[in-house]
Amino acid sequence: MAQITLDGVGHAYGGGKPATDAGYALKPLHHVWEAGKAYALLGPSGCGKTTLLNIISGLVIPSEGRLLFDDRDVTRLPTEQRNIAQVFQFPVIYDTMTVAENLAFPLKNRGMPKDRIAARVNEIATMLDLNHDLNRRARGLTADAKQKISLGRGLVRSDVSAVLFDEPLTVIDPALKWELRSKLKAVHRALDLLMIYVTHDQVEALTFADKVVVMNDGRAVQIGTPAELFEKPEHTFVGYFIGSPGMNLLQGKIQGTRVILDGQEIALGAAYPGLAAGSPVKLGIRPDYARLSTSAGLPVQVRRIDDLGRKRLAHVSLGGQPLVATVPHGMSLEGTQACVQFDPARTHIYVDDHRVEGQSLSEGRAA
Amino acid sequence: MQSSAANRVGMALYILFLMVPIYWLINLSFKTNPDILASLSFWPQHPTLENYQKIFIDPDWHASFLNSISYVLINTVISVAVALPAAYAFSRYRFVGDKPLFFWLLSNLMAPPAVYAMPFFNLYSAVGLFDSIWAVALAHCLFNVPLAVWILEGFISGVPREIDETAMIDGYSFPRFFIKIFLPLIANGIGVAAFFCFMFSWVEQLLATTLTTVDAKPIAGMMSRAYSAAGLDWGLLSAAGVLTMIPGAIVIWFVRNHIAKGFALGRV
Amino acid sequence: MTDNRVWDNRAWFFVLPVMVFVLFSSLLPMMTVVNYSVQDTMGQNNFFWNGAGWFANLLDSSTEAGQRFQGALLRNLIFSFVILAIEVPLGIAVSLCIPKRGWQVGAVLVVIALPLLIPYNVVGVIWQLFTRTDVGLLGASLNALHIPFDTRQDATSAWFTIVIMDVWHWSSMVALLCYAGLKAIPDAYYQAARIDGASRWAVFANIEFPKLRKVLVIGMLLRFMGSFMIYTEPFVVTGGGPGESTSFLSIDLVKTALGQVDLGNGAAMSLVYNLITLTVCWIFFTYTTHADQRKDA
Repeated sequence: MAQITLDGVGHAYGGGKPATDAGYALKPLHHVWEAGKAYALLGPSGCGKTTLLNIISGLVIPSEGRLLFDDRDVTRLPTEQRNIAQVFQFPVIYDTMTVAENLAFPLKNRGMPKDRIAARVNEIATMLDLNHDLNRRARGLTADAKQKISLGRGLVRSDVSAVLFDEPLTVIDPALKWELRSKLKAVHRALDLLMIYVTHDQVEALTFADKVVVMNDGRAVQIGTPAELFEKPEHTFVGYFIGSPGMNLLQGKIQGTRVILDGQEIALGAAYPGLAAGSPVKLGIRPDYARLSTSAGLPVQVRRIDDLGRKRLAHVSLGGQPLVATVPHGMSLEGTQACVQFDPARTHIYVDDHRVEGQSLSEGRAA
Repeated sequence: MQSSAANRVGMALYILFLMVPIYWLINLSFKTNPDILASLSFWPQHPTLENYQKIFIDPDWHASFLNSISYVLINTVISVAVALPAAYAFSRYRFVGDKPLFFWLLSNLMAPPAVYAMPFFNLYSAVGLFDSIWAVALAHCLFNVPLAVWILEGFISGVPREIDETAMIDGYSFPRFFIKIFLPLIANGIGVAAFFCFMFSWVEQLLATTLTTVDAKPIAGMMSRAYSAAGLDWGLLSAAGVLTMIPGAIVIWFVRNHIAKGFALGRV
Repeated sequence: MTDNRVWDNRAWFFVLPVMVFVLFSSLLPMMTVVNYSVQDTMGQNNFFWNGAGWFANLLDSSTEAGQRFQGALLRNLIFSFVILAIEVPLGIAVSLCIPKRGWQVGAVLVVIALPLLIPYNVVGVIWQLFTRTDVGLLGASLNALHIPFDTRQDATSAWFTIVIMDVWHWSSMVALLCYAGLKAIPDAYYQAARIDGASRWAVFANIEFPKLRKVLVIGMLLRFMGSFMIYTEPFVVTGGGPGESTSFLSIDLVKTALGQVDLGNGAAMSLVYNLITLTVCWIFFTYTTHADQRKDA
C-alpha cells in the first residue's frame, strides 16, 4: 500500500529535453495517486497512457521528473524492485505451468512459504472462477481464461504498491467483459489496493474508476470523478471524448450572460465578466441537455433521427453548425423544421479549448 | 532484455572461434609456398598476390567459378518454381495421398547424397547430361525441391485463406490471383526458400564432383588440382578457398536484415 | 498444418511438377539401386540374381562387408550423438548472446552465418590447413605445447578435429534457428517476467525454452541428418583415416560403390542407410504432426 507521486514526470523517446512540446510522448505531469483508490487512464490510442503506465511500473525510465512511492524516489529503480503488479493487453501465461503454478509464480519468486502461497492462490482463483482449472495446463485454455490467469497473477500479491492494468479486457468476449469488470471492481473493494487501469473505452473507465485521468496527445487534460467529467468537462477534448455522442460545441460570440450565435441568443447559466463582449468562444452543451421541441426555442433544421430504443437523438443544424439534441418522449416530428431548447445551467464556455469558470447568476444577484 | 557484459563476452569468444581458422586461411593465401613451409607466422612476412594471380589468369578457374554459379542459380529457380504450386496445394487442400506424399518429399530432403551418387552417375550418363551443369542443377533438386516445398508451405499457411476466397469472389481467375495477389504476399517466403536453395546447392560438393569431369567442373573439382603428385600447393589452395567464400558472404550481406525471419522458416 | 483445408483432389495438378522431379531424381535412381542390391555380377555387364545375399552380408558382422558397414554405422551414430550434444546447447547459448538491437545485430548475424555458406570442401580445406602439424596454427601450436596431435596419424586427434570442425561449421545453424524462435516472443512476456520477479534462469526455463522447442526439433533433425550423411568435410581432412577411424557411412559407401565399383554391396548399403534416415524422418514427421494437432485441440 502506497501513494504514488508524479513530480513533473515526462518522457520523450530518444531521451533529452525536447525543443517543443510536440517532442514529448508524455508531457511533464504532476499528480498524486492516492493509496487504495481505483484510477482509470482514458484516452485514444497513442495519447501516452501506456507510456505513463510503463513509467510507473519501471519498464520505461522517464526522461525527466521524479517518481515517488510514498516518500521513496523510485524513478530509476528497476521494475522488480518496485513492488508493482501489471497486467498486459494480451494474455501472458507460462506455457509449461499449470494454472495454479502460473498464479503462484510471482509469490514463489519472492520466497513466500508454500502453505501461504496455496491459500492465496485459492483465494484469487475463487474470485476469478478459476478453481476448476487449477490443475490444468495453461496452454490449452481459451484466450478468456488465459487473460483471467494474467489478471490473477497481477492480483495475487497482496503487498504490492499498485496494480496496473494495460487494456486488460481487449481480448475478452463482450459478454464476459461486464462480468470481469465488476469482478475487478469487487476485487478492488476487497483488497483495498491502488489500481490504475488504462483503457480507451470510456464505459470501462467510468464504471471501474473512482477517478479518471483523461489523456490526449501526451497530456493529462482532466483528472476527475466520472460525474465531473460528464458535467464539467474542463477541456473540449473531454467533452467530446466522454459521453456518447460527445458534447456539442458551437462557435459563437459572448455577450454578458448570453452567447450570440448566427444572430440568435442563447441564455447561459453564468456570467463571464472576464471575457470581453463580442469575443469568440465555444459553447458546450451535452446532447442530454439540448431538447428538441415543436415551437419553443431556436429554430433548427432536422437532418436525421437516430432511434436508440431508450431514447431518440436528432442530428440538426443550428445556423449551419451541427448539433445533436434529445427528442422528448412522445414528440412526433413532421418535416425538417423544429426548435431546440438548451438548459442554461448545463452550458459551458470554452476559450482556446479550456473551460472558463463563470459566476453563477444566482450568486451574482445576491451580491 | 538488455544484453549483459557476459553476453558480449560469450559472443566475442564464439566469433573468435569462428574467425581464427578463416583468418589462418586468408593469412596463408597471401604467402608463397616456401614461406608457408618455412615458419608459422600470424601475418605474411613477404605478402604476395601470386596465388590470386594464378587463379585470375587461368581460364579454367574462371570456367569453374562460372559453372558453380550457373548450376546453383538454375537449381534455385527450378526448385522454387516447381515447389510453389505444390506448397500451395499442401497448405490449402486435402487430397488422396497428401500426407504420405508430403512425408516422402521430406524424406528426400534427408536422403544422403552418397546414396544417390552412384545411381545418378548411371542415370545422367544414360540421358546424356553427364558432365553438364544441368546434371548438377537437376541432381540438387533431389533435396532442394522438397526443402522449398517445406519452407513455402510454412509461409503460405501463414496467409489466411480468406484472402484466396475474397479474390475469387472479386472475380480473379486462379492464375491471375496467384501471380498478382498471392505471390507478392509470400514474397518473403520465396526469398527465404531461394536463399536456402542457393545455400545448399552452393555448399554441396559430393554430387557436384561426381557428376562432372571436364566441361562442367565446379570449383571443388578445380581445387583438387592443388593436390598434385609434386605435393600440395598450399598457397593456391588457400587463395581458392578465400575466393569461394566471397559469393556466400555477399549473399548473407544482402539478406542480413531478414536472417531472423528467414530462419523462422515461416514456422515460428 | 491447421486443418481448415478443403478436400479437393484437383490439388494433385499442383503437385504434379514436383512429382515429376522427384520421380526423376529420387525414385528412378532408387530403382537402379534396388536392382543392383539383389544381383551379382561376374563383370562385362553380366548380372545374375543374388536375392537377399548382399543384405545378409551386411547384417552378418563376421563377413568383411558386414564388419565394415557396422563399424561405419556405429562410428556415425557416435559422431551424430557427440555433435548434437555439443551443438544444441552451444547454439542455444549463442542465440541468447546475440545482441538485441543496434547495428551490432546485423553484423553479428552476418559473421556467424558465414560458415554456413562455405562449400563443404572448403570447410575441409580450412580445417586441414588449420590443424596440420606443419603449416597449421592449431596443429603446430598443440605440438609446440608437447600435446601429441596429428590428424593423419592419431585417431583421437582426427576425431577431435572432425568434431570441432562440425561444431565450427554448424552451431550457427542451431543458433540462428533459436534466434528466430526467440525473436517471436513478444516483449510483454519479458516485462511480465520482470514484474513477476522471475530470475534469469526462470525466464529461460519458462518463457524462452518452451518457445524454442519447435525450432529445436527442426534444428536437431537437420543436424542429425547432416551429420549422418556427412562426407566431404571429413574426407578432405582425414580421408576416413587414420585406418578406418573416421570412415563414416557416406565415406564408406562412396569408397565401396564408386571407388571399388562393388555395386552389390554398395547398393545394399545404400538401401539400409536410406532406411535408417527414413525411419528417423518418420519419427520426426509423426512427432510434429502430433504436436500440431495437440496445439490445435
